[in-house]
Formats: sequence, structure tokens, C-alpha cells
Amino acid sequence: MSLRSKVAIVGAGEADIAPGHGLSPLGLAAQASQRAIADAGLTKDDIDGVFVASSYHAFPALSVSEYMGLQPRYMDSSNLGGCSFIAHLGHAAAAIEAGLCETALVTYGSTQRSDGGQLVSLSEKLVFEEPYGLIHPVGSFGMIAHRHMSEFGTTSEQLAQVAVSAREWAVTNPKSRFKDPLSVDDVLGSPLIATPLHKYDCCLVTDGGAAAIVTSASRARSLRRPPVYIRGVAEESNHRNILGMPDLTTTRAGVSAARALEMADVRLGDIDTAHVYDAFTISLLILLEDLGFCPKGDGGAFVADGNIAPGGSLALNPSGGGLSYLHPGMLGLYLILDAVEQLRGDAAERQLPGAAVSLVHGMGMTLAAHATAILSVDP
Amino acid sequence: MYQRCGDCGAVPSYPRAICPTCWSSNLQEETSAGQGTVYSFTVQHRAGASGFESDVPYTLVLVDLDEGFRVLADLHCAVDSVGVGLEVQVYFDDAVPALPRFRPTSEVEAA
Repeated sequence: MSLRSKVAIVGAGEADIAPGHGLSPLGLAAQASQRAIADAGLTKDDIDGVFVASSYHAFPALSVSEYMGLQPRYMDSSNLGGCSFIAHLGHAAAAIEAGLCETALVTYGSTQRSDGGQLVSLSEKLVFEEPYGLIHPVGSFGMIAHRHMSEFGTTSEQLAQVAVSAREWAVTNPKSRFKDPLSVDDVLGSPLIATPLHKYDCCLVTDGGAAAIVTSASRARSLRRPPVYIRGVAEESNHRNILGMPDLTTTRAGVSAARALEMADVRLGDIDTAHVYDAFTISLLILLEDLGFCPKGDGGAFVADGNIAPGGSLALNPSGGGLSYLHPGMLGLYLILDAVEQLRGDAAERQLPGAAVSLVHGMGMTLAAHATAILSVDP
Repeated sequence: MYQRCGDCGAVPSYPRAICPTCWSSNLQEETSAGQGTVYSFTVQHRAGASGFESDVPYTLVLVDLDEGFRVLADLHCAVDSVGVGLEVQVYFDDAVPALPRFRPTSEVEAA
């Protein structure tokens, strides 16, 4: 399958999440959606497809549609965890290609911070984990980190460097509220949550609201903003719970990315900016290995050498990502917006000059689900 | 107790209606000796749910049992003595329902 000259992202919007915003998860999604639709130069009546994942609503495409007064002819509430929205790009592309809808809204809203920081979840009781007091998901990522350390000699100092690099990006992001400089010693000196992971090895807990508009390439060319073409998409998964993860240090991310790159007719070396889910320092490190940015087991040395810091060999998560910009329960849609900002040339101080091709990769749950999208300024 | 597939020999990590490898429903219940090796672990410094506050810090492990299946449980030993590869032995306490828990094999042998 080829997606050449088929579909594009034409609108992007974020909600205001400063403390005291007073909005509900649906309110944040609606505010972001309104902004994304306006950004595209479209109106409410143009939206005929709605794609939503949520931790708050069991039928989120219905909830968002009702709240915003939409009557879409195509709806998708599929939930793969944090990467859902990257998967939705593929679902929307397929639906648009099939003529089932023409202009799709992909959106998300969360009040995780306002709710007190607890990870809200509608998912079923985890009968093999909860009786032992495992904290989802950080306890599982502690186990993943210890296994990676055991197999490859990865150190806590190397993991800390991932958080330090993210903060170095965030200090130049005017939208980030987390701008205090962070050192490796700061990370290692922060409280242990689930060994070997410290507080600053973990993503932020914030509210969030984000939206993207996807439409056909033919329509995209007549709209307000330069289209960001969706060139390749892929999904993978191999488990649901940490107990079912066959190998704690290798994921399906590489398979997903290889298929998306092949569909896009792009090689990894052609990627200008990468936007990879960073829920924890260890999860990002493993994804960088599996995506092929460094060999398996070399992630620790790769990040310690400054490759993912500003000015490094890989322009990674220039917003500051989940570790230092925001993380409202699910990050996936913000990874897409981060790429769109770069491909539009709108990233100001954080702009990679001439950025033309971006890889967006998200994971869901404990590295269980994966979705990759290759975005490009060229159709 | 654990399951072994009577057709392909696979050992699923928890009981199911069909074998996840070959989809056979010929799954046989067998009794594990409860001896295994720590595949990985974490020491949680925060409670995962109410009722665990007084247990902090506590150690959770993924154990590969000698029969070939994996379980998640807690490990009862000094926090700094756990590591990948530690040999452990299952035990059941008096709690209802009784949960499988682990302790180092070396401590069981010494007792």
C-alpha cells in the first residue's frame, strides 16, 4: 500500500492548560479541536470523521461529538494506550481513502494533574498485578530498567542523561512550564519511585488537550496551512500486561517503524526530526534502540554521548517531550503536533533548519502497543 | 498449579481456555515445584494501592519457574539482596485468597 499524495494533516491545536483553566477533559479537547479547525481554515460543518481515545470516557468519539455538536459519519474510539492517536492517523487515512469520511478530527483531553495526579484508567482490574501492589506503569518500567541494566550494563547515570537532554530542549520551548535546569545529579538525587527509577526518570503529570485535522491531499492543497503529508503508518503489539511481555528489553517498535518507513519510501537516515514517546527514561532508551537509531544494548552510551540533546546527532522531541514539556496521561497526539510544528517551520528557537521528514513513534501501556507515522512536507 | 498444552507443550503464564501458541483446548493442569529464577525486579518506594503503605519499600519480581512459565509476585528478603538471576522458592501465606509469594532459595534451605 502507498500513501503517496493521499492524506495530510492540515490543522493543529492545543488547549490552554495553565493551572486554574477550569475545563473538563471534554472541554480541553473541544478547545483544542476548535483551534485546530480554525488553524486549517475549516469550520465545524467540515468535520465528518471523529477519532478519540480517552481514559475518562468509555465511548469518547460519542462524547466528543455530542459535546461539540458534531454529527460525524465515521467514528473511531479505538484505544491502544498512549500511542492511540498515531494509530488514528492510519485509521483516518484508510477511512478517507475508502471514502468513508473526508475530514477527520483526532483529539484528546485530560485533567490528570487537576485530578491529583492519579493515572485515570477505565481499563479492567489487573488480576495478576494489583494484588501485589504493583504501581502501573512505573513498577513495570522499573522491572524493564533492571533487566536492561542486567543484560547490557546500562547505568542510572545514563538513564538520567535522557531526562537532562529533554530538559535542555524544554528550556527553549515557550510553552513548557518546566524550565529549571536539570543535572544528572538532580535526577539521581530525586526520590526513588520504583528502583532503579527516580522521580525525574518519570514523565510529568499534567493536564492536556490537543487536536489534529486530517483530510485528503486534494482538499489539503486548497487550505490555509501547508499540508503535512502522512506518508507511512504502522501498528504492532505483542502483550497487554507486563507479565505477558516476552522479552523486557526488546519491543515491536522496530517492526512497526520498518513497515511505516517502507510504506513511506523513506530510510531511517532520511529522518530529520524524531518524536518518540518518552514516558520514562528507560522506555525512550529502549525505543531508540528498537527504532534503529543505535544498536540494541548501546542506548545508554548513545544518550550519554549527547546524541539526543539539542545540537546532537538526532533531533529528538524538541518540545521537551513527556519528560519535560507535558504528559497528560497519553502523549501520542502531542508527538504528532511536535512534528507538525517542525515540518511547518514554526518551531522558532527549536527549529531544525529545513526539516522535511519526521518519524513519530508512540507506545501504549508497558511498551505493549506501538504506532509509527512518517510525516513529510513532500506528498 | 499451572497449565501445559497437551498438544504443543507450551506453558502459558496464566490459565486460559485455549493455548496461545497452537490454539488447542487440550490444556493439562500440572503442579509446579515452585522453584524459579528472578527474571527482573523492582523495589517500590511508593504504595501501589491503599493497604500497602506500611509495606514500603517492597520488592516485586518476575520469576521464571523451572517448568517454563513466568509469574509476577512479591519477594520477601532484604531489599538489597535481590538481583536478576536470584534463585527463589514459592510459598503461600495465610491470607485469603492465598497468593503465591517468593523468598530466596538460600534462605529456605538455611531454615
